[in-house]
Amino acid sequence: MTLLVATQVRHLFGGLCAVADFNLELQAGQLMGIIGPNGAGKTTIFNLITGVYQATEGSIRFNGTELVGLTPHQITALRIGRTFQNIRLFRDLSVLDNVRIAHYAQANYSPLEALLHIGRYRREEQRIIDNARRLLAIFKLEHLAGETAKNLPYGLQRRLEIARALAIDPELLLLDEPAAGMNPNEIDQLMEFIQWIRAEFKLTILLIEHQMKLVMGICERIKVLDFGETLAEGPPTAIQNDPKVLEAYLGEGPVG
Amino acid sequence: MNTVLKDHWSKLLEQAWLVPVLLLIGFGLAFAIPEYGWLNKYIQLVLMYIGINIILTVSLNLVNGYMGEFSLAHAGFMAVGAYTAALLTMKVLPVAAYPALFPLAVLAGGMVAAIMGLIVAVPSFKIRGDYLAIITLAFLMIVKSVIENIDYIGGPRGIPGIKRLTTLPWVFFWTVATVWMIRNFVYSKYGRGVLSIREDEIASDLMSVNTKRVKFLAFMLSSFCAGVAGALFAHLLQFISPRVFDIIKTTDVLIMVYLGGIASIGGSILGATVYTALMELLRPSTMAALLDWLPELIFDPLNHYIIQNLGVWRMVIMPLLLVLVMLYWPRGMMGQREFRGFIPRRDREAHRRLNDLGEKP
Repeated sequence: MTLLVATQVRHLFGGLCAVADFNLELQAGQLMGIIGPNGAGKTTIFNLITGVYQATEGSIRFNGTELVGLTPHQITALRIGRTFQNIRLFRDLSVLDNVRIAHYAQANYSPLEALLHIGRYRREEQRIIDNARRLLAIFKLEHLAGETAKNLPYGLQRRLEIARALAIDPELLLLDEPAAGMNPNEIDQLMEFIQWIRAEFKLTILLIEHQMKLVMGICERIKVLDFGETLAEGPPTAIQNDPKVLEAYLGEGPVG
Repeated sequence: MNTVLKDHWSKLLEQAWLVPVLLLIGFGLAFAIPEYGWLNKYIQLVLMYIGINIILTVSLNLVNGYMGEFSLAHAGFMAVGAYTAALLTMKVLPVAAYPALFPLAVLAGGMVAAIMGLIVAVPSFKIRGDYLAIITLAFLMIVKSVIENIDYIGGPRGIPGIKRLTTLPWVFFWTVATVWMIRNFVYSKYGRGVLSIREDEIASDLMSVNTKRVKFLAFMLSSFCAGVAGALFAHLLQFISPRVFDIIKTTDVLIMVYLGGIASIGGSILGATVYTALMELLRPSTMAALLDWLPELIFDPLNHYIIQNLGVWRMVIMPLLLVLVMLYWPRGMMGQREFRGFIPRRDREAHRRLNDLGEKP
């Protein structure tokens, strides 16, 4: 089953073409990587999928629903979770609240019930706390629930950001450079971790990464972007030997 | 010994009956004080001002503190509530025969102010910070000049002769009701949405928070409470004019918010109480009455040179206090902290039980 389809997506920043004729087909359960040099338009694609930017042209469909034209929270509520290249936690709030906030769309009670703490409020709040606690336990963050997010060490902040994205209860998870700032040892752990959450939460994952070790190690398909255009797409082995990819990454062939 | 006391104290604070009992005592006092004349009329008046200022401070804190937007429109919402309620009690509701209709007028004042709150919420979708401050300031000026130009409601002369319907029990009731609602709102998904908007609006939207809806609700609730405070204020002062609700009034509330500390209901209550009492102390008549016991030799020059000039100095002290608080005490009395009693038990336990788990070896 195809989960996410992007057809002929174009995005312009003024006169600059950030993404040109982007096409994507992501099967449910797949783990796909997007690679490319800096400025290739990788994060822009995440922002287009999640509604932060509106595509200038083209269509993005998730489970049959057109995403272009929807707001980020509407798209997120369709069960698309994401993390950010530079961690964007709610820094001054507690670890628990960071995860609880992501339950907004699932919390089923009205403003009036919130104002008077009546009706569905109590049951729903308890459910959210239980679920947030369950997630924190899975991610081994439960003992830090009351801690302010900004006080967490870098690695734990990355982990918390994934926990927060999973609180959306996503079908599709978008990871924007999850290995940024990690040493080779940590990257090995992260690779295992991504494989594990993928199985545990039955996720389809789309990830952006510069670390070739991670991309080649776990992605089933890889898409290569350069200057907003798709250079190549295929399984890791094919990508590694694609002359166009080598050119984009390493420059043109020997001079002279 | 000390730890035993502390233990008892924290156990006492945990009791579910504590808050209802305290409220009951408060209500009893609010009825008994004017009934039996336990405190003189002036102190009763100050108590009512404190209540009204608590409503204003807690509600402004929702927007400026919890949400991190900078609104200057609070006095405008207060004016809308005051005028709506005053017109209702003077021209529509037969309050002379049925004083029990007064809460309807207060509620209507809050409702109309809440609708005005929607108007201010819209620009906040696109802009933040200084720019929103300027727009809300413009709103405040528009409200003022609209009132000044409607002759039916007295224009710049205002409305005199409003019935004095605000009593200590009513102030107590509305203070508790509005603070309770704001506290409930803060500890709900909408309140967490408000906090996440302050932290990172885009991330908040991407975590499924409907930021527009949350802003609408927060502005509406905040201006509703300001309207309620305005209605109570009008029926206490018995005279309102556009000049009462100018930028000075907003500044007053801002000082109370920052003195008490942002994003804290307990802080706002403390800030409003301390500031209102302080401003009353700085009145020449109050200060003179307080220092009356001093020997004449000291009192007379003190009175002549300082106390009688306090009226002027109040206006210097007030903004100076704001500057000093911002510079040296940006957290205020309890910025981003809260009295334990105000945090719902469920929330406290959710944070604490997990902490306890971690403390095990």
